[in-house]
Amino acid sequence: MERELPAAEESASSGWRRPRRRRWEGRTRTVRSNLLPPLGTEDSTIGAPKGERLLMRGCIQHLADNRLKTTKYTLLSFLPKNLFEQFHRLANVYFVFIALLNFVPAVNAFQPGLALAPVLFILAVTAIKDLWEDYSRHRSDHEINHLGCLVFSREEKKYVNRYWKEIRVGDFVRLCCNEIIPADILLLSSSDPDGLCHIETANLDGETNLKRRQVVRGFSELVSEFNPLTFTSVIECEKPNNDLSRFRGYIMHSNGEKAGLHKENLLLRGCTIRNTEAVAGIVIYAGHETKALLNNSGPRYKRSQLERQMNCDVLWCVLLLVCISLFSAVGHGLWVRRYQEKKALFDVPESDGSSLSPATAAVYSFFTMIIVLQVLIPISLYVSIEIVKVCQVYFINQDIELYDEETDSQLQCRALNITEDLGQIKYIFSDKTGTLTENKMVFRRCTVSGIEYSHDANAQRLARYQEADSEEEEVVSKVGTISHRGSTGSHQSIWMTHKTQSIKSHRRTGSRAEAKRASMLSKHTAFSSPMEKDITPDPKLLEKVSECDRFLAIARHQEHPLAHLSPELSDVFDFFIALTICNTVVVTSPDQPRQKVRVRFELKSPVKTIEDFLRRFTPSRLASGCSSIGNLSTSKSSHKSGSAFLPSLSQDSMLLGLEEKLGQTAPSIASNGYASQAGQEESWASECTTDQKCPGEQREQQEGELRYEAESPDEAALVYAARAYNCALVDRLHDQVSVELPHLGRLTFELLHTLGFDSIRKRMSVVIRHPLTDEINVYTKGADSVVMDLLLPCSSDDARGRHQKKIRSKTQNYLNLYAVEGLRTLCIAKRVLSKEEYACWLQSHIEAEASVESREELLFQSAVRLETNLHLLGATGIEDRLQEGVPETIAKLRQAGLQIWVLTGDKQETAINIAYACKLLDHGEEVITLNADSQEACAALLDQCLSYVQSRNPRSTLQNSESNLSVGFSFNPVSTSTDASPSPSLVIDGRSLAYALEKSLEDKFLFLAKQCRSVLCCRSTPLQKSMVVKLVRSKLKAMTLAIGDGANDVSMIQVADVGVGISGQEGMQAVMASDFAVPRFRYLERLLIVHGHWCYSRLANMVLYFFYKNTMFVGLLFWFQFYCGFSASAMIDQWYLIFFNLLFSSLPQLVTGVLDKDVPADMLLREPQLYKSGQNMEEYRPRAFWLNMVDAAFQSLVCFFIPYLAYYDSDVDVFTWGTPVTAIALFTFLLHLGIETKTWTWLNWLACGFSTFLFFSVALIYNTSCATCYPPSNPYWTMQTLLGDPLFYLTCLIAPIAALLPRLFFKALQGSLFPTQLQLGRQLAKKPLNKFSDPKETFAQGQPPGHSETELSERKTMGPFETLPRDCASQASQFTQQLTCSPEASGEPSAVDTNMPLRENTLLEGLGSQASGSSMPRGAISEVCPGDSKRQSTSASQTARLSSLFHLPSFGSLNWISSLSLASGLGSVLQLSGSSLQMDKQDGEFLSNPPQPEQDLHSFQGQVTGYL
Amino acid sequence: AMNYSAKDEVDGGPAGPPGGAAKTRRPDNTAFKQQRLPAWQPILTAGTVLPTFFIIGLIFIPIGIGIFVTSNNIREIEIDYTGTEPSSPCNKCLSPNVTSCACTINFTLKQSFEGNVFMYYGLSNFYQNHRRYVKSRDDSQLNGDPSALLNPSKECEPYRRNEDRPIAPCGAIANSMFNDTLELYLVANESDPKPIPIPLKKKGIAWWTDKNVKFRNPPGKESLEEKFKDTIKPVNWHKAVYELDPEDESNNGFINEDFIVWMRTAALPTFRKLYRLIERRDDLHPTLPAGQYFLNITYNYPVHSFDGRKRMILSTISWMGGKNPFLGIAYITIGSISFLLGVVLLVINHKYRNSSNTADITI
Repeated sequence: MERELPAAEESASSGWRRPRRRRWEGRTRTVRSNLLPPLGTEDSTIGAPKGERLLMRGCIQHLADNRLKTTKYTLLSFLPKNLFEQFHRLANVYFVFIALLNFVPAVNAFQPGLALAPVLFILAVTAIKDLWEDYSRHRSDHEINHLGCLVFSREEKKYVNRYWKEIRVGDFVRLCCNEIIPADILLLSSSDPDGLCHIETANLDGETNLKRRQVVRGFSELVSEFNPLTFTSVIECEKPNNDLSRFRGYIMHSNGEKAGLHKENLLLRGCTIRNTEAVAGIVIYAGHETKALLNNSGPRYKRSQLERQMNCDVLWCVLLLVCISLFSAVGHGLWVRRYQEKKALFDVPESDGSSLSPATAAVYSFFTMIIVLQVLIPISLYVSIEIVKVCQVYFINQDIELYDEETDSQLQCRALNITEDLGQIKYIFSDKTGTLTENKMVFRRCTVSGIEYSHDANAQRLARYQEADSEEEEVVSKVGTISHRGSTGSHQSIWMTHKTQSIKSHRRTGSRAEAKRASMLSKHTAFSSPMEKDITPDPKLLEKVSECDRFLAIARHQEHPLAHLSPELSDVFDFFIALTICNTVVVTSPDQPRQKVRVRFELKSPVKTIEDFLRRFTPSRLASGCSSIGNLSTSKSSHKSGSAFLPSLSQDSMLLGLEEKLGQTAPSIASNGYASQAGQEESWASECTTDQKCPGEQREQQEGELRYEAESPDEAALVYAARAYNCALVDRLHDQVSVELPHLGRLTFELLHTLGFDSIRKRMSVVIRHPLTDEINVYTKGADSVVMDLLLPCSSDDARGRHQKKIRSKTQNYLNLYAVEGLRTLCIAKRVLSKEEYACWLQSHIEAEASVESREELLFQSAVRLETNLHLLGATGIEDRLQEGVPETIAKLRQAGLQIWVLTGDKQETAINIAYACKLLDHGEEVITLNADSQEACAALLDQCLSYVQSRNPRSTLQNSESNLSVGFSFNPVSTSTDASPSPSLVIDGRSLAYALEKSLEDKFLFLAKQCRSVLCCRSTPLQKSMVVKLVRSKLKAMTLAIGDGANDVSMIQVADVGVGISGQEGMQAVMASDFAVPRFRYLERLLIVHGHWCYSRLANMVLYFFYKNTMFVGLLFWFQFYCGFSASAMIDQWYLIFFNLLFSSLPQLVTGVLDKDVPADMLLREPQLYKSGQNMEEYRPRAFWLNMVDAAFQSLVCFFIPYLAYYDSDVDVFTWGTPVTAIALFTFLLHLGIETKTWTWLNWLACGFSTFLFFSVALIYNTSCATCYPPSNPYWTMQTLLGDPLFYLTCLIAPIAALLPRLFFKALQGSLFPTQLQLGRQLAKKPLNKFSDPKETFAQGQPPGHSETELSERKTMGPFETLPRDCASQASQFTQQLTCSPEASGEPSAVDTNMPLRENTLLEGLGSQASGSSMPRGAISEVCPGDSKRQSTSASQTARLSSLFHLPSFGSLNWISSLSLASGLGSVLQLSGSSLQMDKQDGEFLSNPPQPEQDLHSFQGQVTGYL
Repeated sequence: AMNYSAKDEVDGGPAGPPGGAAKTRRPDNTAFKQQRLPAWQPILTAGTVLPTFFIIGLIFIPIGIGIFVTSNNIREIEIDYTGTEPSSPCNKCLSPNVTSCACTINFTLKQSFEGNVFMYYGLSNFYQNHRRYVKSRDDSQLNGDPSALLNPSKECEPYRRNEDRPIAPCGAIANSMFNDTLELYLVANESDPKPIPIPLKKKGIAWWTDKNVKFRNPPGKESLEEKFKDTIKPVNWHKAVYELDPEDESNNGFINEDFIVWMRTAALPTFRKLYRLIERRDDLHPTLPAGQYFLNITYNYPVHSFDGRKRMILSTISWMGGKNPFLGIAYITIGSISFLLGVVLLVINHKYRNSSNTADITI
């Protein structure tokens, strides 16, 4: 299985790796039934004696009850707690400090109560917000707490209805189908006869497939209905934790027996019971201790980069404030000294009549100044920013362009405060599977027994889907007509009914409406688009399958039917059986609960105990009369107890080894057993015959309804593929799997064990008993790299061994070919177990299962023991299709200056091919491949690459600067197209990455990666992913974005500045960890380029404006100090001073901050390079800040001195003069904002009007309200008087305009002479469309010539292969076939050289002769390989140039290795690109050399390959 | 913080039948939510902005000229009587020993003053806007609040109490009230040495609201002296508050208009305050004909110690208030600059005529 680690496995594996014993012991919880009569003394297991129920309750009280309480506050605690929390904010403390300072009479500037007002206002607003949030939480809590469920009552001896909140640990709960599980419950009983129960965990992890849960062992065997009153066992389990995939513990029955508990026994809160009528269980964890709630970490708080920068500037403002205050204080000190001795009338002494010393006066003045000028650090800044961000988030959420109809989901912003970071991203780290690709696995081709079935018809079918995607408006043809695009094979008639049912989906897969319908239909089942379902079988293979089927149908009652098949056919048959049953796919029909039409075995399965095994298998073996087995069984019979049997088994292990040699006898034994189990067989037979009797329609109907629910899409793809070959999975129960074949009918396999997939083993296995042969078979399916190593070593002595070897090498070659095509490969293998081997294994396995402490580890080892000596059946290639619009999105993001790194767990070849398919790599560009086997090799390789990159670097930087110089896209159309040689791309595999991430190398690696256009990290672990992100983030100081869909991306998402989750098919873990969740990768384009840019630009401008506003306002007060003896007096009334920021001038900037669009969306999308302004922080950089401050100072000067001079030597009083100054400030602010606002909607006008209106109305009301209040200003009737004064209007007119003239002038000048890209974009956007077309064309030219053409044509070809022109591809496959004919030759460089047309690229040219003839050969090549202009035949001589360039003294060690000769095991690397620099290091070679750098170079296989 | 909402658990649970009640999460396609509100999108370039500059210039210059002319038409004469210069008649009053001092200053009006004439006293280098000074008053007391009268606000410290009696009016502002007396005489003709006193109107110099709303004497029917009997006059005052204008009951006590005017603290250290009105008699005679005048000063107010200046100003007024050449000049200057910048932009626009020829911006 190639899937990148699913969450469960990952965490499980981490659990397995770390010994947890010590922690485990300290962290257990004991649960016992609440129904037990309160016992005292005999209750030893719990420890504490409990006399009374009350007491016991008291003891239990430390366990949380099921009441959900997510509220933070109670009525009483709200005020203190909320205040306490708010004072954690430094800013709030600061403002409160200032306000409190006002209570000191010596320094107070305002009325103390009034000074508190803004702080209280802000605190109150926040408190109300918190209160509201808390209240809504409370309401939802209440709703949940009052859900009902059935709880067993001791008094009434039956289940009674209780609220959820009343459930407590130890209660017994009964749940019905479709009910939500109220707490974490240990499953004790199920209406299902097998003790099974299905739950849907969509609420928990978003996965829609059903999960199976199992009744605790020991309870499933109960005949009568489970009675809680008889439950006396004690459960010991781990303390509550948040690991959803782990639950360990044991249950101790009253008789002292222990049984292990694991996650299969636990029903998790929040999940839904499905397909099961009723279940009952005991509550283990309740309320906040449930795993669901422990997993709920709530929204994340991140601080955006802009905010960090802003905080830095706030500090500057503080510094400025202190400086101004100090200046004033000194000034005041001097002033006091000057006037004090002169007995000035206006110098007011202290209250006791003594005069203030200048120094004291200065100190007082300092503090007063701080109070008066507190507006410099705006109290409303943080609140405003928060409001703006919330609104921005709202608008992003509301964007209909980010709404995905298919999944009915829009973009989710989970982090509320980093929207503007979206506009500054420099690096994108993307997962591949499910992020770039659809994670819709489509079966493409397979190879069985060394023969490849290319499935051409299937490929064509997929290509047609692609077309259908593009023709969305295609009208649906009438339902009655049968689609012609359906499969063409003979099976078509069989599927007819099914097809007509879903004909609509056939025709328009991918079209939105249809997809939506499909998704609605498949609400309960994933992976059910017709594209995935309807596989067109390969005729040859289909023929073989049906041959097998027919043959076996005839031979089924013979002794060993499979033996009569040829090995190849037998492999084919096994291959499809393995595809069908080696998985965890559940067959459901969504509408009704599952029909339990099942074959009853005598015993419950899977095999759980040794006795179980003995009972099931020994009788037949005894009857077989085989001597060794006889021995075994006698020894067994002599020791009745299982435990005594175990040592004897191990003693017999040698015998078992012998037995294995006699493997040929096994069938006979098995057949004997088969015969002896006559009763069982009869039931099968009857089942089969009834099936055969009612052929045709019934089955079709049944199958038409079948849905496969798989844990991973690969599994479903394989099952659908098998179904296409008429080998259909029809039923899967806990202990049996039914497969239906046309002739053989229904075959029911007894499922003995399922060893699930995990990311370490990278494979899964099932152990079954074959109904035809009664053999115990192990079918294993897994990653080729793993499975190929586990194959039974075949001797080259006998013919069979040689044949096997040949098959393997062929298969390996095909696997490589698949990888080249970008397919996900899986190997299918089989192992036949003798009963003794099985018994031996079973014993250890059961031990492992029963073990409580190191269960995972033991199970792992047990699995490893089973999965050896496999027999290779074949391999499959599954296509993971690219998501819609991925190449275009990547191209746009690239244009926007984003560097895209793909971090994937997939293998290198697959990753590279996907990268080509999604245009991440370009055929025209060079690819540096870094594969190193050791630290030193990695270091040397890095050095080489660096020197190479640097050698070409000066040229490229020159070009860059050139293209930067050419000012704009609209003026200089040629500029972008001159960028002929893009920087190279880097491909690195997981192992090398591990070395490269070492402290000593990370800088080099990073430097190299920085030079590269894109970076591809393959085979990387989740940890490596996050390390890479962390490295880039910390070292390059660049904004990073990580996008992924799976649990394996969680760490990376969390580390990145911005984490984006794809809410796709792979569960919700990534989304839960993310800051933003998008339905599809392509939405990233709009999210970043449009919303990111907008958010950044809006917020940056708003913050700048904020600083400007406050500085300007404070400036007014400061200039006044020169005319009031630096006494910290303010001419502006304290009310205006305090509420100005809060009320009068806040709304317009909020509206602008929320709604302003500097460049329209379509323009941003058309010209992604506009995004760079955000990356370079063009809008908010220190220079902008300081320029802004200078402008603010200038404006305040103008706004102060115009009224000053206008009212100089007049009879105006302080506050009558201050009011016009305030009004002037307000108008100046509004006009300034007007200059800064780029789009004026009616809301902007309204806000500006409202601000003005508010100011004047408040002033008028305030000035009328009280004749004696508001000392010292007492502004009674001031405004009214002013409004009658023409001078007021005259100053209010001239001052703002005079203040803003320079700004407007310079803006206009700059807009005309040195327009920024953004301004050009706006100008371009304003032009009518016909004018617009010209620059648009120049943009198209900006791309490499022919780019758009090829893009169009390539879209039509299929799959990840699309970038490869057809004929080249076929050449490749020809070539591989040549190779496979002579696998021995593959290791020989010379053979490869002669075999294939090696091509070389401009890189070599550039290296050798500085691109002497790069253009000429290009033309020549295009004949060879049309569509790809940069291929070139090469000769060995050119490699010499390379070697000379690298100064490799011994060129002889340079090894040419074919990319397709992976079978040679040298770990050489495939390069698809026309130009590739490939360096490879062989471990063995290297180790033989002492680690001396110069010599290291000798041993490199630095190779430059350029074929295909 | 938990965001485990009921919706997640309840709605997600028994997922409704597919197709039924298709409640999609599709956002509304409204202009507001999609940020497609119709908008005016000005682009600031030379071409688009230059009309603005011209318009500003064209508007401001006429206004400026208008203001300038108006301001120039205002007659104003300013007489500094601080007496720092030894030649000044008031120089003798600078000596601290002189308790009551009177001096007379001659001046000549070259042009007659038409219409109402305002008589101001002007002070320079007098920081009435000092923070502690501005605060030092009790508006409740001034509003006639009996309790505040006897128990003035703490803000008045140290001019709150004297000799254990509350000061009325309290505070530094009141304490430092201007107490020079200015009288104006017209020398009718050279032959007749007896000057004609110019009638100076005491009332009507304060804001109406101040006189009638803000400032009030304590309530009661008894005489003012009776009302203020428990209080003491400010330290610097020569007479009590009820003696400010003994002739006119409605101009005495807290509602004395000289007092009210003084209490309105000036914005800047150089200020003037209205002292008297010289009302126009009729249309035929100018209010103050050209000629020689005497200014009789009862010199009480000490400003010399802190380098202050005292002035007497006579001024006519216009629609825009007193004489103020600045505003007119400012308008003309800003208008001209704006016009000039407009020309610069015009040149630039011509020279660098680029793609932005869509001049649809009219800020």
